[in-house]
Amino acid sequence: MNIQKRNLRNGLLFISPWIFGFLCFTAYPMFSSLYYSLTEYNLIADPKYIGFANYKQLLFEDELFLTVLGNTLYMIFVGLTITTVVTIFIAILLNTKNIKGISFFRVVFFIPTLVPFVVLAILWIWVLQPDSGVVNSILGIVGIDGPGWFSSPTWAKPGFILMSIWMSGNMILIYLAALGDIPKSLYEAASIDGANVIQKVFHITLPGLRPAILFNSITGMIAVFQSFAEAFIITDGGPDNSTLFYSLYLYRNAFQYFDMGYASAQAWILLIIALLMTTAFFKLSKRWGFED
Amino acid sequence: MKMTLPVEQSKHQRNILPNQRQTTTLSKVNKNMSKLFVYLILILFSLAFVVPFLWLISGSLKDSSELFANPPVWIPEALNWSNYKEAFSAFPFFLYLKNTLIVVVFTCIGAVLSNSLIAYGFSRIEWKYRDGIFIIVLATLMLPFQVIMIPLFLLFKEIGWIGSFYPLIVPHFFGNAFFIFLLRQFFKGIPKELSEAAKMDGASEFTVFWKVILPLSKPILATVVIFQFIEAWRDFLGPLIFLSDNSHYTLSLGVQQIMSQNDPRWGLLMAIGVAMTLPIIIIFFFLQRYFIEGITFTGSKG
Repeated sequence: MNIQKRNLRNGLLFISPWIFGFLCFTAYPMFSSLYYSLTEYNLIADPKYIGFANYKQLLFEDELFLTVLGNTLYMIFVGLTITTVVTIFIAILLNTKNIKGISFFRVVFFIPTLVPFVVLAILWIWVLQPDSGVVNSILGIVGIDGPGWFSSPTWAKPGFILMSIWMSGNMILIYLAALGDIPKSLYEAASIDGANVIQKVFHITLPGLRPAILFNSITGMIAVFQSFAEAFIITDGGPDNSTLFYSLYLYRNAFQYFDMGYASAQAWILLIIALLMTTAFFKLSKRWGFED
Repeated sequence: MKMTLPVEQSKHQRNILPNQRQTTTLSKVNKNMSKLFVYLILILFSLAFVVPFLWLISGSLKDSSELFANPPVWIPEALNWSNYKEAFSAFPFFLYLKNTLIVVVFTCIGAVLSNSLIAYGFSRIEWKYRDGIFIIVLATLMLPFQVIMIPLFLLFKEIGWIGSFYPLIVPHFFGNAFFIFLLRQFFKGIPKELSEAAKMDGASEFTVFWKVILPLSKPILATVVIFQFIEAWRDFLGPLIFLSDNSHYTLSLGVQQIMSQNDPRWGLLMAIGVAMTLPIIIIFFFLQRYFIEGITFTGSKG
């Protein structure tokens, strides 16, 4: 008994910084943003309670918000899917038996994730320059007339997708680690049964990667919702609002138009969408599972 | 490490199965071909990952006529170092560097101190409610910063911290879910007997933490420092919201300020970009083991 009590006291003492931080910097802001989302608040006058008017306006009257939501979901469903396919592909290649220089490749794929956001912006503005950028000049060599990328409403989002693939070294490393955990005996058994490479990938590798795919999809989804600096610096939402993403629009409402209540409502819609999508990912992952 | 064992087993198996052996020469040729193919694709992908960097470096050494040349110039005719020289004088580089380092150093101290204590409480002591509360910690991992950003701003404004470094530093002294998770995972792997022996000798819980667990945890603490360093060095949104006057700007904000001017000087910006990225890449080369362990640790156990 005595020991239990002492352990409880010690445990709580050790985690007390977290308890304080959680209450002040997470729980309190979360619930006060729920409160602000029900008010009209411009920092000058006191918050005025207006019920669900902010939510109603966002969901049914603000056409820009629907554009923003569309842009963001595009980055999740198209962008994240492409990124997942590419990163798994690279990880499988890196996991090839007896391949040399794996640590070199790991470094190469990981380094882009270290680049500061402003530098990222400078770099990609130049890489995707329509006339003198490196991507379009390589496309030019193959005879393709490269698009305007960040200056074209159709190609700006694909530009950001290229950029996010370039920064997906974390995912590659996680897939690589997960591949190492798949028992080799499974592949050998499949070889003896005469399975080809494609069959092995679909029946052994992908099911084995399922937990890692789930993890990367959820963190990737949250990252898309949070991504701010790139669009803020490179395109500032343009052209034609084609890169006005969720966080950028939220930032504008809060810190450029000082509509704190409206931005808070947006924050809560974001939280609900993120929760729903996380649950959906978990369910999908279960359904696609072959075992358990 | 793990991978060597199954490979050896498979060689063993091959010897047992006689009909498998006949095909070895043919499959060897096949294997070498497919390996070559794998290398080719990997090299292509690596090039795609490396070329943007080379482009940045080459751009930082160009004068403005080469910068906009069409077709593009890959290697500048005369290496134009003036961009670098001017980068340090075009804006208060050293002031912004100092500000960035203040934030980086203090957040690193905060992250190591707070998260090691917290993770200890979540792993080395058995107490009621512990695992229930830990689920809340994990849940906060998925909370987008945007949800709490506005009230945090209002809170810091209320207590007069906006414009100072406090909003960027102080929260890091109160735990970070990712680091708690990482450290807890590591602490759980340390044998229980070590703490028990120390406790038998009359050591308090804190002494065990300080004298036994922390010295054993240097590699994972290094991982925390490195990750926090990079996060704080890269950060843009935090400084953008919480800092208000130029004298407190970090490098990221200073650079963005130059970029938003009319007709920014791109050669100079690229030189600053190289100067801001190179130190991190150098750190990474020396300490890459810690990075890779940290990341794979979370991914495989998460």
